[in-house]
Amino acid sequence: MTHFLHRLLFFGLLILTACSQTAHWRLNDVSGHLPDLQFTLTSDSGRPVTAADFRGKFVVMYFGYTHCPDVCPLTLAHLHSVMQKLGNVADEIRILFVSVDPARDTPAILRQYVTAFDPNVTGLTGTPAQIAVIAKRYRVVFNPDAPHSGDDYEVSHSSGIYIFDRAGHARLLATSADTVDAITHDLKLLTGGGP
Amino acid sequence: MRIASALLGLMLYTIANAAPPLASTLRIDHAWVRWLPAGLPAAGYVVIHNEGNAPQRLASIDSPDYARVMLHRSVQKKGVEEMQMVDGLDIPAHGTTTLAPGGYHLMLMQPVHAVKPGDIVRLQLHFADGEILRANLRVRPANAGS
Repeated sequence: MTHFLHRLLFFGLLILTACSQTAHWRLNDVSGHLPDLQFTLTSDSGRPVTAADFRGKFVVMYFGYTHCPDVCPLTLAHLHSVMQKLGNVADEIRILFVSVDPARDTPAILRQYVTAFDPNVTGLTGTPAQIAVIAKRYRVVFNPDAPHSGDDYEVSHSSGIYIFDRAGHARLLATSADTVDAITHDLKLLTGGGP
Repeated sequence: MRIASALLGLMLYTIANAAPPLASTLRIDHAWVRWLPAGLPAAGYVVIHNEGNAPQRLASIDSPDYARVMLHRSVQKKGVEEMQMVDGLDIPAHGTTTLAPGGYHLMLMQPVHAVKPGDIVRLQLHFADGEILRANLRVRPANAGS
């Protein structure tokens, strides 16, 4: 019965949206499907931080690591372009780059890495247990390769970009394949109050 | 005798420093490196054009500016990003092979000196048939667009 009501509601919303001709999200709408922003980690300045420190800001969260020279920089460069296109709105947004490689990603290295991309990015690292908690919360899978030689290894990781509103509610999910225009469009919409 | 040994020395020097035959049918452009701080591994990108009648295969790469250069490929499997090591890369006859962000790239590891945006990184691309192509890659800022 609940299932039926959900479907009814879903199709009802669909028709409503179609009729009113309002703007649509171009990213995946995950409202109500992913948990609120919550974590206890260490910021790139070395201080302990929790999600409460970012309440009042829209948050764009991405998981990666500094020894990732191709896809992570590509995604961060895209997010930098998004921030530039958003202009003043960018001040209301914080990008969180969460390390899935806490063994190598010290706060100092993370800080150098993220500030090379955009002033609105904060790097977050933590103990392996703390990283495991936030990864599990957002169903992020990551797996370090068996090290080839000492410190030289890759970490496969989920490519999701999680977007939260000022209250810390998960709202949208993008991937590294989504365009700068799509992410800019939806962030403009979200910061302006939604479609 | 002194002249003879000097001549011999000059000949040996010339042989030792003779450039290997330069690739005549290969050409590269869009060559750049995405700078990263703290001597972190950086990615290099090139587009290789093969204007010859025979296919070519990029076998290995080295650089006087980095201790190691590897050929890698970023792949996405079910929403998970992975990096794969690649043995070699084919450039078809009269074709083009692109190394660009989010796909094939050169992994530049352990810079032997500080590298910064604006610099030139020198590479030698070794092909399976023995040809060597030299390339200069412009270092662009970390947040450069593709």
